[in-house]
Amino acid sequence: MSKVADMRRFPGFLQLTLLCLLVLYAPLMVVMAYSFNDNTSITIWGGFSLRWYEDVFFGVEAPKFKQAALNSLTIAVMAATCATVIAVSSAVAMMRARRLRGRTASFALINLPLMVPEIVTAVASLIFFSAIGFTTGYATILVAHIVFCIPFAYLPIAARMQSIEDTYEQAAMDLYATPAQAFRLVLLPLMMPGIFSGFLLAFIISLDDFLITNFVKGAGIETLPTAIFGSVKQGIKPNIMAISTLLLLVSVGFVTLSYLASRMGQNKTKT
Amino acid sequence: MAGGMASASNSAGIYKGRAGLLILPSWLVIGFFLLLPVCMMLIYSFLTKEFRGGVIWEFSLAAYDQFFFNRGLFGDEPPKIEWTYITIFWRSLWQAGLATAFCLVIGFPTAWFIATRVPRHRTVWLLLITIPYWVNLLIRTVSMKFLIRDTGPLNEFLLWLGMIGEPIHLINTNLAVQLGLFYSYLPFMVLPIYASAERYNFALSEAAADLYAGRWTILRLIILPAVKPGIIAGSILVFVPSLGAFLAPDLLGGAKTFMIGSLIEEQFKGNAGNWPFGAAVSMILLSIVMTVLIFYARNQTRREAL
Amino acid sequence: MLQRTQDTTVAVDIDRVTKNYGAFTALSGVSLDIRDNEFFTLLGPSGCGKTTLLRSIAGFEEISDGAIRLYGDDIAGLPPHQRPVNTVFQQYALFPHMTVAQNVMFGLLRLRKSDSEAQTRCAEVLELVQLSPFAQRYPNQLSGGQQQRVALARALAPKPKLLLLDEPLSALDLKLRQAVRVELKQIQKETGITFIFVTHDQEEALTMSDRIAVMSAGEVQQVGTPRDVYEAPRNRFVADFIGETNLLDVSVTSVADGQALCVLPGGREIICPAAAVVDPGPGHLSVRPERMTLTAPADALLSGRVENHVYLGTDMQVMVRLEDNEVLTLRVQNSDAVSVPDIGTQVGIALEAGAARLLAD
Repeated sequence: MSKVADMRRFPGFLQLTLLCLLVLYAPLMVVMAYSFNDNTSITIWGGFSLRWYEDVFFGVEAPKFKQAALNSLTIAVMAATCATVIAVSSAVAMMRARRLRGRTASFALINLPLMVPEIVTAVASLIFFSAIGFTTGYATILVAHIVFCIPFAYLPIAARMQSIEDTYEQAAMDLYATPAQAFRLVLLPLMMPGIFSGFLLAFIISLDDFLITNFVKGAGIETLPTAIFGSVKQGIKPNIMAISTLLLLVSVGFVTLSYLASRMGQNKTKT
Repeated sequence: MAGGMASASNSAGIYKGRAGLLILPSWLVIGFFLLLPVCMMLIYSFLTKEFRGGVIWEFSLAAYDQFFFNRGLFGDEPPKIEWTYITIFWRSLWQAGLATAFCLVIGFPTAWFIATRVPRHRTVWLLLITIPYWVNLLIRTVSMKFLIRDTGPLNEFLLWLGMIGEPIHLINTNLAVQLGLFYSYLPFMVLPIYASAERYNFALSEAAADLYAGRWTILRLIILPAVKPGIIAGSILVFVPSLGAFLAPDLLGGAKTFMIGSLIEEQFKGNAGNWPFGAAVSMILLSIVMTVLIFYARNQTRREAL
Repeated sequence: MLQRTQDTTVAVDIDRVTKNYGAFTALSGVSLDIRDNEFFTLLGPSGCGKTTLLRSIAGFEEISDGAIRLYGDDIAGLPPHQRPVNTVFQQYALFPHMTVAQNVMFGLLRLRKSDSEAQTRCAEVLELVQLSPFAQRYPNQLSGGQQQRVALARALAPKPKLLLLDEPLSALDLKLRQAVRVELKQIQKETGITFIFVTHDQEEALTMSDRIAVMSAGEVQQVGTPRDVYEAPRNRFVADFIGETNLLDVSVTSVADGQALCVLPGGREIICPAAAVVDPGPGHLSVRPERMTLTAPADALLSGRVENHVYLGTDMQVMVRLEDNEVLTLRVQNSDAVSVPDIGTQVGIALEAGAARLLAD
């Protein structure tokens, strides 16, 4: 090797990166592997089997988990949709209005759910809902989810808008488009990759949430994370590992989707 | 009001006159369902507790008093400093700080390594780092619990290798909680540092090398100052959620590893059922976090002003 | 060319337009008449207000005071989409998610033209800019020059009464820019649309424009044909900004009938055209470097010592330090017949007839 070294490289950094990946992936890989274990005892390997997946879909606890999954899914879709609509509207105001009173305050407000620790948000929501006499349940979960999804939807949308010059809208207006048409025909299509990423991010964040949901859900309703938590409290069972693996795959699928969408967006606007 | 007026004054800025309307939904939703609840929580922390959860609308400093002072079992002794909760806070701060340090030690080299790959490979490495972040935190924590149990795969593997003679007892220790926090928030450290490192101008390294600086001198004097904003941002992103973490201490720790998150949860979900006290602890946690964030924002604006 | 007889119909009447950004005045009382069918250029350094004026005409800036009339109608209060004016943007602002044809038809469809009508017109303008084969491409599949022509076609398609061009050539490389100049001028003649062209490039302005308004610090310094502004600059800013010039400190004796009597450094007197009636006293003469020749020192109007020369290819630049320490720059054509005096030689300088001009300030 020559003495003239690449100044970018440092010895040992590759090893640390691999260690980083090992720490991140080892637990997930192990759980994935053991979800195919054909043994009631979770510790001893008893050969490959799909019995725990069968158990997830058709077992004793299947109806409970199915209902929880359905709740998680519908809440995530609705919360992400509302959060995305609010985020788009806010992003347009924040990034396009030349004069906006309280821009800094608005920025802080939109990001507030990121700044307040989750447990504090959970406590505050519980107190608020109980104080105004709002019955805890499906609706309270949905409202709480919309709130903390907003900044997650906002960030990619605002980032996307920042890279769209306002000359596009000016050009549209110059070519006789009304402000509404300029928004619908030009800005909205250009923002689409950001909106898509924002929606996916909000969706996953909603699906992911345990702590806030656990506080505001009330009795009698479970989302997937609260159901899993409740089950894990009595010890890790193999069916939980199968559910975890399934959820893991869903997450990976969404990340890939979001990654592809952002790449498509980049290709289109590259000039 | 919007119609005719707007079109006449609309020649500058397309959304002029509409901006306020567009920002309104955010204000309504977050203002009503987060800002107002936090204010309410503040009020609750000064109320009297109801024994089966909830409050009695009567002003009281009991929650804060309980946090800081011990007045004996019947409340009639002269007040002494109550160490129970301060110890929990201290442990949380210590654990969160340690997790931040570990994440930095592993996260910086990782971020730097990725930033120095060719752009095509960078996205793949970055995706590898981000994927675990997208996986449900609960599932990740449960996985960690499964992995490090006394009879879990980690111990079996090490026994099989002959590296240890008997299982290491990890679960329910501070170390396990630490491992959980580190594992939960590691991507939060890597990503901002990567964002800073990616913008680093390598001509600076070459200039320093040209001026007789060695590799590690360059790292210390040139690179670290250049990526400092990323390091600070990453540290905050790890420290703040670690401080209020619930899942890692709850699932991986035990009674001796109690952290703020569990303390608060217990006041609302557990048997203690002391809402004003839970609200007070939440307020104290919130003030610590806000202090950190305000310092950060101050620094940030000063940096931008330079 | 034939239709360009002195058409004096005013297309755009810019009447004492002022634009303030807080305490900063971007335009202060600008008045201009732009004639029908004219290729009119706003020329000036960056920050002079030319782009602000253009954007005010397009409707992207709200003017603080004054009026902008298009064929007599005040358009200052209208939003951009209600003004029959189209713009070619500096970075083109082609909609990246639409094909060339969709871009070109955008304005036509907003004007509620039928699909077939829009398609016919689209084909027509793409033909005009020679891009017919590219109709189905996306902007990012085109070269910079092609994008520029799509932007032009898109702006021309709705047959605007006025076309605004905001430094449309600045993103192109030099060779291409020179070719596009000729093309752009040709298209302007063919379509007969009034063009307002904004640039900071004096060469672009001189080669394409019918008339030029030279702007600086939010004010119009001079309006005239390219020949006017180059050969008869009004003040020091215009003389200095357009082309190279020497500004000579002189003492004005008298000004009458557009002719001035001045005393040059060194004491000789000269009669030259004056840009304005100037009070007797100190004044400035503008002399272009190529309008002076080197002569023998004896009897010359100006004399000094050669201080330096710089070889420029076709020309040689000669710097001569006059007795009062001013330095004049001359251009001498390189040829075997003429030899440039060595550095340090005492030389005389002769001015061509009409080369010197007394400026207004």
